[in-house]
Amino acid sequence: MRHKRLIWVWTFLALPILFYCVIRFYPTLQAFYLSFTNWNLMKPPKFIGFANYVKLYNDPQFWKVFRNTFTYLIIGTPVSLLISFVISFYLDRVRILHGLIRALYFLPFLTTAAAMAWVWRWFYQPAPIGVINDVLGLIGLPQQAFIRSVDQALPSIMVTSIWAGLGFQIIIFMAGLRAIPSTYYEAAKIDGLGEWPILWKITLPLLKPTTVFLVVFSSIGFLRIFDQVYNMTTNDPGGPLGSTKPLVLMIYQTAFSSYNMGYAAAQTVVLFAILLAVSLLQLWILRERK
Amino acid sequence: MRRGILLAGLFTGISVFAVNSAQAVEIEYWQYVYETRIKAMDQLIENFEKANPDITVKQTTFPYADYQTRVVAANMSGSGPDVMQLFYGWLDQFIAGGLVQPLPVDAFPHDKIESEFFPIVSAMKRGDDYYGLPTAVRSLALFYNKKLFQEAGLDPKSPPKTVDEFVAAAEKTAKHDANGNMTVAGTTMDMAGQDHQWWREVLIRQNGGEPYTADYSKVTYNNDAGIKALKFYTDLQTEQKVGEVGFMDEGQAAFRAGRAAMTIDGTFRLGSFKSIKDFEWGVTELPTNAAGIRSNYASYFANGIGAKVSGEKLEASKKFLAYISSPEAMKVWLDTVGELPARRSAALTEANLADPIYSPFLKALDYAHTTLFVDEAAQRQTAIDMVNRVLLEKQSPEDSIAQAATAEQEIIDAAKIK
Repeated sequence: MRHKRLIWVWTFLALPILFYCVIRFYPTLQAFYLSFTNWNLMKPPKFIGFANYVKLYNDPQFWKVFRNTFTYLIIGTPVSLLISFVISFYLDRVRILHGLIRALYFLPFLTTAAAMAWVWRWFYQPAPIGVINDVLGLIGLPQQAFIRSVDQALPSIMVTSIWAGLGFQIIIFMAGLRAIPSTYYEAAKIDGLGEWPILWKITLPLLKPTTVFLVVFSSIGFLRIFDQVYNMTTNDPGGPLGSTKPLVLMIYQTAFSSYNMGYAAAQTVVLFAILLAVSLLQLWILRERK
Repeated sequence: MRRGILLAGLFTGISVFAVNSAQAVEIEYWQYVYETRIKAMDQLIENFEKANPDITVKQTTFPYADYQTRVVAANMSGSGPDVMQLFYGWLDQFIAGGLVQPLPVDAFPHDKIESEFFPIVSAMKRGDDYYGLPTAVRSLALFYNKKLFQEAGLDPKSPPKTVDEFVAAAEKTAKHDANGNMTVAGTTMDMAGQDHQWWREVLIRQNGGEPYTADYSKVTYNNDAGIKALKFYTDLQTEQKVGEVGFMDEGQAAFRAGRAAMTIDGTFRLGSFKSIKDFEWGVTELPTNAAGIRSNYASYFANGIGAKVSGEKLEASKKFLAYISSPEAMKVWLDTVGELPARRSAALTEANLADPIYSPFLKALDYAHTTLFVDEAAQRQTAIDMVNRVLLEKQSPEDSIAQAATAEQEIIDAAKIK
């Protein structure tokens, strides 16, 4: 009986496993191989050892892109988690129109990233058409260059990206908050604990699995940021002067605009290593200490 | 019994099909997706098939972003197109990748090509061979908003002819609000659009320089001419304040919205500007410098024959290519797509030269240059960055141009090694 069930289980699993092997694992391994070649689509790939990696290491653009990518990660992840936690913490207590408000927060997550990026791109324009600059002008504040400035462009794009992901994080946090048994809170209240101690000693520790999931999930999202940047800077992708360019956009341009497949594969391998290292590091830091 | 009839029918069907395919040749034509281009090609194929009943042509299209990758992938699997469209700037790559073959000299004699087409066709020549022929070509011109000209007291019938007049007109038409923010640009500034071509092939030459060596293998603008050309461009924003990079997001958007008095753009923009309802616009040749030197940038998509095509398919492909680069086809293309004919006889007709919109573009074809890009996007990026460094980081034009020249030379060198 048990044997028969195992066969069934494996039969059902075989298809997705096969699928994954063909469209995920094989290309991944292929990418590792390609990163050691000079493939440019036109001619068969030739093995060139570590030349692509050496080139990458000596490429000032790569280090700029590397810095940008980590800026997205290091600022984006904590800020988005903090905002979404605060919102869900208070939203959890709202009874009137709870569903509507929750839906409103979730809405951006359902919108296509490209459409959203274009709307924000127009928000950020200079005075005659840019809404934000119009408002700044009305209250007498100086105009801001936003995505036309080497300093402000990255934060401007990050804001839209945080906003876009907020809905999802709020929903997950809310689910986590709801999962905490109310008996703990009742017991704490009977013992006379205040708001802050309850938050620090009960809510946050019990919310840890949710937080770990969101930290890893959101970090991977920021490390792979692409749509927002590309759509908000299509005329000068990752610009001005590469100040907003993340690693994925560099890979995209190297591969599909310059057709340097080997070099792009090397960049992909580096991105893979970063993603792996960051995720493992986070899991290790946030592990359960027993 | 019924089964027997069915089988018999099936066999007849198959045999009829087999006989047909043995007599008729089918060739495949590839281009990228662009509504009017597909429509024009459909019409050309229809005409061609009528004249050559034994040949059928199948048109296959792909989105522009995918197009090159598809051609390469199909070639690797041996199922590539017989006749294909390619941008002149891709030619080196396509030859290196073994995607196209030299045009057979019997069907396309060189002396005829050189005497009948505009000189820019030479961008399709490598060594002693031509690898493709264009149906239509594109060039640049100065678009101007007649309404804004009139409001500023300028005569909409006499647009600027020289660079000085151009700057003067921009100064008159530009408007700013009380806080100094631009509300109407005198001219658009958009390096990501066509301005980098203007700077490269026109402004540098007008300042006494050459952007590249004759074979486009060496960058030669890191000198006084290049600096002057760059400074002229950035001064439009910093000194004369008649334009702003990023104003209304894109130059063409600003012009469309009636918020820019002038913009430099190509023939391919005509279709989109024709739908403007709020104001009348005109077109004129790119301004000359004080000494009267003119230049322009022309580009085109050519049609070539796949490297592996041979036998009767090659014969059919030759016929088809000859037809789609004939004066008749060019007329169809001009009427449907709005792109200029690549042959002198089809382009420089009385009707076309009298056309106020086509004639400035057509006149440019005689003195236009065709930059041999190795990686257009990357080379354009160096020009965008060069201007941004001056405008956003206050780098000096001298340093910025030196940096741009080095970066672009690296791109060219890297492509030559491949």
